[in-house]
Amino acid sequence: MLLVPKVIRVKKTLKDKAVDTHVFDMNDIDIAWCPGCGNFPILKILKRALTELEISPTDLVLVSGIGQAAKIPHYFTTNVYNGLHGRALSPATAIKAANPALTVIAESGDGDMYGEGGNHFIHTIRRNPNITNIVHNNMVYGLTKGQASPTSRKGFVTPIQVRGVFLEPFNPLAVAIALDASFVARAFSGDIEQTTEIFKKAIEHKGYALVDVFQPCVSFNKLNTVQWFKENTYTLEDHDPTDRLKAFEKATETDKLPLGIFYTSPPKPTFEENIGTYEEDRAPLHERTPDTKKLNDLIETYKIRL
Amino acid sequence: MDRDRSSPHSQSVSIVLCGQAGQGIQTVEYLLTRIFKLAGYNVFATKEYMSRIRGGMNSTSIRVGSGPVCAPVSRIDILIPLNKGALQHVESRLSAETLILADRETLGADLDRSDYTSVDIPFTQTATEIGNKIYSNVVAVGAIAGLFDIELQAASKYVERFFADKAEDVVHKNLAALKAGFDHGADLAKSSKINFDIKADTDIEQQVLLNGSEAVALGAIAGGCDFIASYPMSPSTGVLAFLAKHTKDFDIVAEQAEDEIAAINMGLGAWYAGARAMVTTSGGGFALMTEGVSLAGMIESPMVIHLAQRPGPATGLPTRTEQGDLELALYAGHGEFPRIILTPGTIQDAFYLTQQAFNLADKYQVPVFILTDEYFMDSYYNTAAPDVAKVKVEKHIIQTSKGYQRYAFTKSGVSPRGVPGYGEGLVLVDSDEHDTEGHITEDLDLRIKMVDKRLKKGELLKDKVVPPEFKGPKDYQSLIVCWGSTFHIAEEAVQKLERDDVALLHFKQVHPLPDQTADYLQMAKQTIIVENNATSQFARLIKLQTGIEIDNKILKYNGLSFTVEELTEKLREVFN
Repeated sequence: MLLVPKVIRVKKTLKDKAVDTHVFDMNDIDIAWCPGCGNFPILKILKRALTELEISPTDLVLVSGIGQAAKIPHYFTTNVYNGLHGRALSPATAIKAANPALTVIAESGDGDMYGEGGNHFIHTIRRNPNITNIVHNNMVYGLTKGQASPTSRKGFVTPIQVRGVFLEPFNPLAVAIALDASFVARAFSGDIEQTTEIFKKAIEHKGYALVDVFQPCVSFNKLNTVQWFKENTYTLEDHDPTDRLKAFEKATETDKLPLGIFYTSPPKPTFEENIGTYEEDRAPLHERTPDTKKLNDLIETYKIRL
Repeated sequence: MDRDRSSPHSQSVSIVLCGQAGQGIQTVEYLLTRIFKLAGYNVFATKEYMSRIRGGMNSTSIRVGSGPVCAPVSRIDILIPLNKGALQHVESRLSAETLILADRETLGADLDRSDYTSVDIPFTQTATEIGNKIYSNVVAVGAIAGLFDIELQAASKYVERFFADKAEDVVHKNLAALKAGFDHGADLAKSSKINFDIKADTDIEQQVLLNGSEAVALGAIAGGCDFIASYPMSPSTGVLAFLAKHTKDFDIVAEQAEDEIAAINMGLGAWYAGARAMVTTSGGGFALMTEGVSLAGMIESPMVIHLAQRPGPATGLPTRTEQGDLELALYAGHGEFPRIILTPGTIQDAFYLTQQAFNLADKYQVPVFILTDEYFMDSYYNTAAPDVAKVKVEKHIIQTSKGYQRYAFTKSGVSPRGVPGYGEGLVLVDSDEHDTEGHITEDLDLRIKMVDKRLKKGELLKDKVVPPEFKGPKDYQSLIVCWGSTFHIAEEAVQKLERDDVALLHFKQVHPLPDQTADYLQMAKQTIIVENNATSQFARLIKLQTGIEIDNKILKYNGLSFTVEELTEKLREVFN
C-alpha cells in the first residue's frame, strides 16, 4: 500500500485577517438587492476567494443570466458578460474555448441555471469546460416576485402554486454526480469561511465545477430562512469525494442537507483540451488568422485533377 | 444529339439518375460529375430527395455542356432508372426524345410503353458477373462515360483514387465494372450513331467544382471563422460538417450544441472573447436562435448566421427547398436594431459574401445573415476558383486601456470593441439597457441615447450595401427581379426568351435594400418578380421600402426549385 502524505497548507483565514478585496470593489453603486439578501455575503465571499487566489480583474470574466443573483457582475470590477435568461453556461463555455487563459465563472440563480437553462446545465457538465458554475439557490423566484423555482420544496405556497408546490424538487447535485461532473459542491451563504474555501477549490479545479449555494430570500421565501438553513444543513465530515456512489447517496439526503465538496471525478480532459485547438499553440483565437496557404491547397483539391 | 440548340448556353445534355435512397445514387453522381469535369466538360448537378435513409425515391440531375451550365432543366435526355417505380417518379419530365438506359431484368414491365425509347443495358448481370450486384452503380457510370466517349484511362484513374481506401480486390472489381459499363456505352454510341456534340474546354481544368454548402464553408474559413456551434438540421448541416472536418488546419472550434439556443449563445460568447463565430441552421432551428439575434443587437456583438431555408411552417418538408424565411430573418429578435441580410445567387457569391459577412459583422457589430436554401446547398457546378488573395480578414478589435468603455458614444455609433484579457481595460456587455461602461441602467434619457446609437449603425450600413447584379439592355422595357438561389435559373430563362427589351436584376443583399432599387424599377414599364415562396416576401419588402408594387409575381412553393423551361414558360405567359 502506498502511503500518500497529506498536504497540509497554511491558509489565510478570514477570522484573523481581513482580506483587502478592493480591486474587485465598485464605488457608488446602487445595489438592487433587498437588505439582508443572501446575495450580499456571496458577493463578498467571491471577491475574497478571487483575491486570495490572486486572480486579476482583467483576467476574469463573470458570466451571468437574468434574475437577482445574475446581477452580481454589476457589483464587481471585472470583465462582464451579462447575457440572456438561462444562457450563462453557453457563452461561458465559448469564452473559455476562445481564450483559455481567462478565468471564467458562470453565476446565476436556481431559476436561471436549473429552470430556463436546464438543458445547458446538463450538457455543459457533459462538455466539461474548465469553468466554475456558481448557483445562488434560494428556492424561489426573486425578480419576478415569489413564484416557485425548480428547487422549491414540496408544499411551498406561492401566488402561482396556490395548492403548494407538487413538482419534485430539482436535485442539481444528484444530476451533476449522475453525469460525472468533475467537481460538485454545496455551500451556504451564511458560512463565509467554509464557502470561501469551497469557491477557491472550485475555481482552482481543472474542469467544470458546480457550487450550489444555499441562500435565504428575505422577501419571498419565508419557509427557507437563515434559521431554516442553519437547522436543516450539516457539514460533510470524513467524506471521500472520489467515492461517487457515496457522493450520490449524500446528494439524495433531504432531511438534513449536507454542505461541502460532494464529488470530484477522476481527472479527465476539459473541453478546451478535447477540441485540440490549443495542442500546439496556446494563443487565444483573437490572435490567430487563417493559414492562406492551407486554404489555397484546400480549394485546389476541388479542381479534381489526377 | 443536340438537345439545346436554342439556348445561348450552347449544347447541353441532361442526365438523370433515379432510384431508392441507399442505392448509391450519390456515388454515381459524385463520380460522374468529377469524370465529366476531368474530361473538360462543363457540369452542373442538383438533386431532390426524400427525408429518409433507405427506400423512397430520389433523383439526381446532371447537366453536361460545352458552355457553362449552372441551372436545372426539366427535360431529361438520358435517364438511368435504378429500380421499379423510378420511371413513374420522373414521368412528367420524360418525352419520346428521352433515351432510357435501363436494366430490363430490374425494371421489367415499367419499360413496356410505346412512347418510351429505352435501351436494355444489363447493369445487374454485368455487375454480378464481376462479383456482386453492388457494382452495378459503377457499371452505370462506365456506360455514361462510354456513351460520351470520355477517355477511359482518366476515368479509371479517378475511380481508382475514389476507392483507394478499399481492399485491393474491391478496387479491381470497381475498375472492371467501369470498363464493362464503358464498353456497353461505347457500343451503344456506335450502333445507334449517338453523338453528343459536347466540346471539352481546357480552361475548366483550372476551375473548381463546388456546391453551395462547400462555397459558404470555404468563404467562412477565408473570413477568419474560427468558431462554429450549431445543431444538425437539413439542409444547413453541410457547413458545420465541412468546418468540423477542417478544424485542425484552420484552428476552428466546431461544436455540436445541445440545441440552437446554446449554439447562438456560444457564438456570441466566442465573439465577445475575440473569436469570429458563425452558426448554421434552417428555419426551425433559427426560430430558437431569435433570442440570440436580439442579444447580438443589444450587446452590439458581431454574429454571422447562415440560414439555409427549407419549406415550413414547423418541420415542413425537411429535404426540400423554399425561399420562405426572408421575413423571419428580417424581423427575428425582439426590439429594434440593425442587421444585414446577404442572399448569394452564385457559387462565387457564396464564397465572397460569406467571407465579407465576417468583416461586416466585426466592423459594424451587427448580426449578418447569409440566406441560402436547400436547392442552393445541394447544387454544384464548375466555376472559377475563389481567389484567396483577393480577400482579407479585417479584425476590428482594439487593445484596451484603463477606463475603457465598451459602449462609448462615437460619431458613427460604432464603439471600439475590446476583448477581455487584451489590454488594461475591462469589457462589459449586458443584455439589459446599459450605460457606456456596459452596466445595467434604467436611466431613461440614457436609454434614448443608446437606442439612437444602435440605430445610427443601421444608417451606416447603407453605405456598404452589395449592389444588385443587372443583366440586360440599358433601355429595357421589362425588368425581372429575383434574389438568392434563383439567379442562374432566371438568367438562363431570360436568355431563352431572346428578347431585347427584358433585363434581369438579381439581389445579393436584400437588407438594407440597395439604394438603386427604386431607380431600376421605375425605369421599367413592367416588373416581374420570381420567388421560391407562396407570398412573394421580397416583393412585399420592396413595396415597404420603395412604395413600388411589382406588377407580376411568379411564385413556386411545392418544395422544388424552378427549372429553366418552367420559368421560361411562366415568363412567356407574362409577355403574351
